[in-house]
Amino acid sequence: MKKIYLDNAATTQIDKRVLRAMTPYLTYKYGNPMSLHSFGREALKGIEQAREKIANFFNCEKEEIYFTSGATESNNWVIKGVIEVSKQAKPHIITSSIEHHCVLESCENVDAEITYIKPNKEGVVSVDDIKKAIKKNTVLISIMYVNNEIGTVQPIKEIAKIKGSILFHTDATQAINYFDCNVKKLGVDFLSMSGHKIYGPKGVGLLYIKNKSLISSIQQGGSQELGLRAGTHNVPGIVGLGKAIELIEKDYSNILQLRNYLISRILKEVPLSSLNGSLKHRSPNNANFSFKNIEGESLLFLLDKEGIACSTGSACSTGSLEASHVLLAIGLSPEQAHGSLRITLGKYITKKEIDIVIEKIKKSISKLRKLSGSVLEEYEQLQ
Amino acid sequence: MSNYNKKVLKYFLNPKNRGKIKKADGTGMVGNPVCGDLMKIYIKVFKNKKGEEIIKDIGFETLGCVAAVASSSITTEIAKGKTLKQALKISRDDIVKELTGLPKEKVHCSVLANQALKKAIENYYSKLPASTTTSSKTSSRSTFTKSTTSTRSRSH
Repeated sequence: MKKIYLDNAATTQIDKRVLRAMTPYLTYKYGNPMSLHSFGREALKGIEQAREKIANFFNCEKEEIYFTSGATESNNWVIKGVIEVSKQAKPHIITSSIEHHCVLESCENVDAEITYIKPNKEGVVSVDDIKKAIKKNTVLISIMYVNNEIGTVQPIKEIAKIKGSILFHTDATQAINYFDCNVKKLGVDFLSMSGHKIYGPKGVGLLYIKNKSLISSIQQGGSQELGLRAGTHNVPGIVGLGKAIELIEKDYSNILQLRNYLISRILKEVPLSSLNGSLKHRSPNNANFSFKNIEGESLLFLLDKEGIACSTGSACSTGSLEASHVLLAIGLSPEQAHGSLRITLGKYITKKEIDIVIEKIKKSISKLRKLSGSVLEEYEQLQ
Repeated sequence: MSNYNKKVLKYFLNPKNRGKIKKADGTGMVGNPVCGDLMKIYIKVFKNKKGEEIIKDIGFETLGCVAAVASSSITTEIAKGKTLKQALKISRDDIVKELTGLPKEKVHCSVLANQALKKAIENYYSKLPASTTTSSKTSSRSTFTKSTTSTRSRSH
């Protein structure tokens, strides 16, 4: 059975050209970039060439790119590092209720006042709401560029226009493949991303820092990354990240076309189905559906049995008792959130595969609906 | 996703006793859409020559995860052909044991199946004329109260 991978928001397949660029640094170019000898200099050259490509992509200075272990570290770093150097007695952070857990939990773990901006039903945060939330002690605004569950695009450039002197961070992890990440145009002070979402390796990412005096390091014990991020460089990872960024394709019309085809066929051919999040303000690779009388984990299992890999916002898939915070934030009922299916396309997908997936989804849903019968309707009537 | 064993997956993929039973003698619905699982069990009861009440037929409808479906299915299998007194004794541990284990975070799903069965039996007893009630009624009543309280408390 040929497997079909449709979980590209979780991670992506490494591009062979990325792997090829990394191989020397996993084998014979094994020096530590901090060493002065030829081995070290060779490794240093590798990471500095990568840094240059990356700075080019983001339209910033090489010195403004700081390598990390991934977006989770970068997001932790921004929130904790900015609060630490803040001169406010009780600093205030503005973020949204649909951020990734690493942003939300970092906010919970710093001594700061937090405002969580709720998105509208379409899954988009309003610039006006952010403007209204700004207070005298606001030191940081952190809003993601593209949501990882429903793919909705947030108005980053517009927020930058109203932020004044407040520091502004965006988690751009899901945006790199498809959206303009020129930091000058975006107007951000910090930007986070991960290598493995862009056909690069896992365990590497970066933080763009416009002004390093406004953030402290959260990891000490070495002079790497201008003394702000201690720890031996992940040389093969960084080289891979550089290559992956270099390979980002400007033309994503094929993915967009297939995604639209998938959405229109599912909504037409599966009864009681709906799309979560705005279709207009949406990443071209994301589709997120809710199916009535369906529980997501069961659906995921049936699809997995057919070799199809997707994701769900159902609590049962994670072992927690709460359904996806993003789906609940855009106003879905818990049962709608439990019946959700996230499909995220990647550059290797074909139309033939999408056709297979549609048929398997239809088959699986009809099987599960036979199992659930009318139990939900009966429950609702009793309430 | 949880790591289920082969038996759980077998029951999930090919569930036994699926679906409604028309003119059921007792039904029991438990669960809560907030936590993701809803389950309803239907029973048909008949009296054997000894006058014991036997579960002659049983069916279920479940909206829930793999563990919830597999637990519902195996519970109906265990209960089928048993006397009501025996069926009331089926515990959560019996269900998990019969499935040869459930992932830790999924054990709570097996509670639902056993509660639904108890509720269906209770529902059957509640429909009987007062004179025919037996001692098992009291015991099942107490279970019923307990189970409904625990289900309701989850919705808050």
